[in-house]
Amino acid sequence: MRYIPNTDADREAMLQAIGRSSLEELFSDIPQAVRASFRPLDLPARSELEVVEAAQGLARANRYGDYVSFLGGGVYDHYVPSVVGQVASRSEFYTAYTPYQPEVSQGTLTAMFEFQTMIAELFGMEIANASMYDGATALAEAVLMADRVGRKGKVAVSRALFPHLRRVVSTYAWAVGIELVEVPCGADGRTDLSALSQGVSALVLQTPNAFGVIEDLSGVKERLGEALLVVSANPIACALLEPPGAFGADIVVGEGQPLGLSPSFGGPLLGLFASREAYLRQMPGRLVSRTLDAAGQTGYVLAAQTREQHIRREKATSNICTNAALCALSATVYMASLGAEGLRHLALLNWERAHDLAAKIATFPGYSLAFKAPFFNEVTVRMPGDAERTRLRLKEAGFLVGSSKPLAALGVPNALRFAVTEKRTPEEIDRLVLALGGAR
Amino acid sequence: MRTIFEVERSGSSDAGLVPLPRSAGADGLPPSLARKRALRIPSLSEPELVRHYTWLSTLNFGVDSGFYPLGSCTMKYNPKVNEDLARLPAFAGAHPEADADLVQGTLAFLFEMTRLLREMAGMAEVTLQPAAGAHGELTGMFLVKRYFEEQGETKRTRILLPDSAHGTNPSSAAIAGFSVSQLPSGRDGMVDLAALRGALDETVAAIMLTVPNTLGLFEERILEVTQAVHKAGALSYFDGANLNAYVGRARPGDMGADVFHFNLHKTLSTPHGGGGPGAGPVAVSEPLVEFLPAPRIVKESSGLRLDWNLPRSIGSVHSFYGNVGVALKAYAYLLALGDAGLREVSGNAVLNANYLQERLKRTFRLPYDRLCKHEFVLSGEGIAEGVTTLDIAKRLIDYGVHPPTVYFPLIVHEALMIEPTESESKGTLDRFAGAMETIAAEAKRSPELLHDAPQKAPVRRLDQTRAARQPVLTHPFKERGA
Repeated sequence: MRYIPNTDADREAMLQAIGRSSLEELFSDIPQAVRASFRPLDLPARSELEVVEAAQGLARANRYGDYVSFLGGGVYDHYVPSVVGQVASRSEFYTAYTPYQPEVSQGTLTAMFEFQTMIAELFGMEIANASMYDGATALAEAVLMADRVGRKGKVAVSRALFPHLRRVVSTYAWAVGIELVEVPCGADGRTDLSALSQGVSALVLQTPNAFGVIEDLSGVKERLGEALLVVSANPIACALLEPPGAFGADIVVGEGQPLGLSPSFGGPLLGLFASREAYLRQMPGRLVSRTLDAAGQTGYVLAAQTREQHIRREKATSNICTNAALCALSATVYMASLGAEGLRHLALLNWERAHDLAAKIATFPGYSLAFKAPFFNEVTVRMPGDAERTRLRLKEAGFLVGSSKPLAALGVPNALRFAVTEKRTPEEIDRLVLALGGAR
Repeated sequence: MRTIFEVERSGSSDAGLVPLPRSAGADGLPPSLARKRALRIPSLSEPELVRHYTWLSTLNFGVDSGFYPLGSCTMKYNPKVNEDLARLPAFAGAHPEADADLVQGTLAFLFEMTRLLREMAGMAEVTLQPAAGAHGELTGMFLVKRYFEEQGETKRTRILLPDSAHGTNPSSAAIAGFSVSQLPSGRDGMVDLAALRGALDETVAAIMLTVPNTLGLFEERILEVTQAVHKAGALSYFDGANLNAYVGRARPGDMGADVFHFNLHKTLSTPHGGGGPGAGPVAVSEPLVEFLPAPRIVKESSGLRLDWNLPRSIGSVHSFYGNVGVALKAYAYLLALGDAGLREVSGNAVLNANYLQERLKRTFRLPYDRLCKHEFVLSGEGIAEGVTTLDIAKRLIDYGVHPPTVYFPLIVHEALMIEPTESESKGTLDRFAGAMETIAAEAKRSPELLHDAPQKAPVRRLDQTRAARQPVLTHPFKERGA
């Protein structure tokens, strides 16, 4: 086996040193009945070339790359600069584990500290952690944390969450026994807070929301009283839009995939988690802090570990251990490669292209933007007739758009949502508009 | 340590990675919604950026850097080809909401991976959705909870755990809404059957076991344990963190497991990434299958598709289908090894551990002296006056080795938990043992070498207390103009 360095002679010598006669003897402590019922996999070993050929065969069965994609809904087709993959491919980073031994993990720890700073900056928050699994579990943990602070056992959630966020939040809330109260949306596509129920630990909003609409967060925090404001935000949008932290949000989470990660059929993703400093001891996940070494030099370590499972066990704020550190490193390099100005330009380019597409579609008779409120890089369009049929016709013409069914389930029938990133060229946008004309 | 915020920079204000927008501001964006404070993220030229992160990488120790015997973490070699395969654009580029007919290749390996893991577990079905081991535990606890809800057994609110359990176990149980009762280990380090039988009653939902346990010992009475649990109407959860000890030789399903989680980033060689992404697929016995997370992949004559119509499911635990990119690396690893390779993995991992244990027990105290599995636990106690396990760990860094897991499991004082994995040669193990013996001698002769360690790391010993008392979690920006 090419991944195992011991030779037969090594094994012989080692067995002799421990007074055993065979490898099998090392497993004599497994009950005989268990060993007897073992069934091997019907799986031959393969050479590296054969493994590559098998994987390439599977890759050829994926036809996704033949299409121009306007899919979004939380995962976006952004350009990933080469430098991101190159840095994340350095094996000193990717073959290390959680930096429990900080003296030999300063690379990971320093990058995590940079990541925490950049996410706090983007979201306009005081502190951020070193990552969660994905945007959905980050939001679910935010709901748990908010209820630990608020202790009402009840959390209000906007109806306009992406369905995948709502699904995961619902699962966690059921297990913990938190009641979720849905807050409806108004005619402008924004969450309608006029009938917000009292006695909740928190209100959960998403911006831009499931319709692509930017929520207006001004005054929301004030209306909430003691309840916490939890916002799930698109990090790229925050380079252009006033971030949730500026409106007094208490916890801001998000899906970090837009920050330099490939879609990878939905995983690995990157959970972003930022908070007000006052809630530090209630936060889930790893936190990296600056400190000093024995010689007085600056260095970085895991901090506030008394919140964590390996110390606090059943009283920990979260059970999370392994998170998404390498994805966070990629996001850090991505943000650093663009810089503040580059991130703003990128967000603006997304805005422009999405608005170009929206303006063109809206000229078709019977087509209209579903909502008047501002949107960022994703727009919901109402259309005459069966939207699902239109979607399938667009697919025949080589364009991918998300299914109409989730929108219909949110009360917006006959509509499709188009996501437009910087990767969608003006020509592709024009071709989509033409195809839509033909698909009507 | 210099962060990106402190790099002296000469780069331009826009990196030129994507075309420039045509306007300076967003047309139609109300001023109240526009970002007011400029982002404080530095703009560096590409060479400056690459130098910074390359330098940071040199401050890190990974499996490719040297021996990494971090107990319970299975820091085995991560085959390079798997990295290349996961990056193939056909896999990495696919959007999770793509129609099934466009991602048949991805669905095919996910389906096949599910089958292989199901057979490796010897259990009824597998979900790939959990994104890490602890996430698998949480999913498993959700499944146990739902199972008893459906049975109408609402009094089953307790989870039993041996005192040697990983911290994630009690934490996962608590987050799923259970209370936790600790079982003291027997004198042989294993589950005390009498204590277990005494603890089992109609309020116990499940026992969470790690097999082999965190002392590296196989629960020899595992069948009696699971039989007692089942007889009491409870379920058995197996933490698969230590699967490397018996992969290819035994199956948790045959030991009586009802729920079992894999750590693909341990047993199946996907890289740990400095703390993720991992993957924690969960296998279940027949009565729990209908509660598995949605969606599940189904095979029909027209091909593979995702089935969301699972009315009794606990719901979803991940945005989409779990860490697909990680599963692909693990799948490639399984293809390369085949069944015979898996047997070699556990055979060599256990041989390496026993070989090291035999030699090191001459110098260090071995609290449980018996055949171990893939890891063993020494105590640093009594090595020399005033010398702690932490000192030994830090001194190992000076010998070019990543320290073992320390101060865990909690039932061994001054624990040093050593897991060599199958990736190490006899030569590496001999050198490591030599370093440990030298350190033990140094501890007696010149303990300051240990107290002042590490000397050869990028930084000296770091002050954790300071970070705990005065955490600085973000870069302290100087106000503009200051």
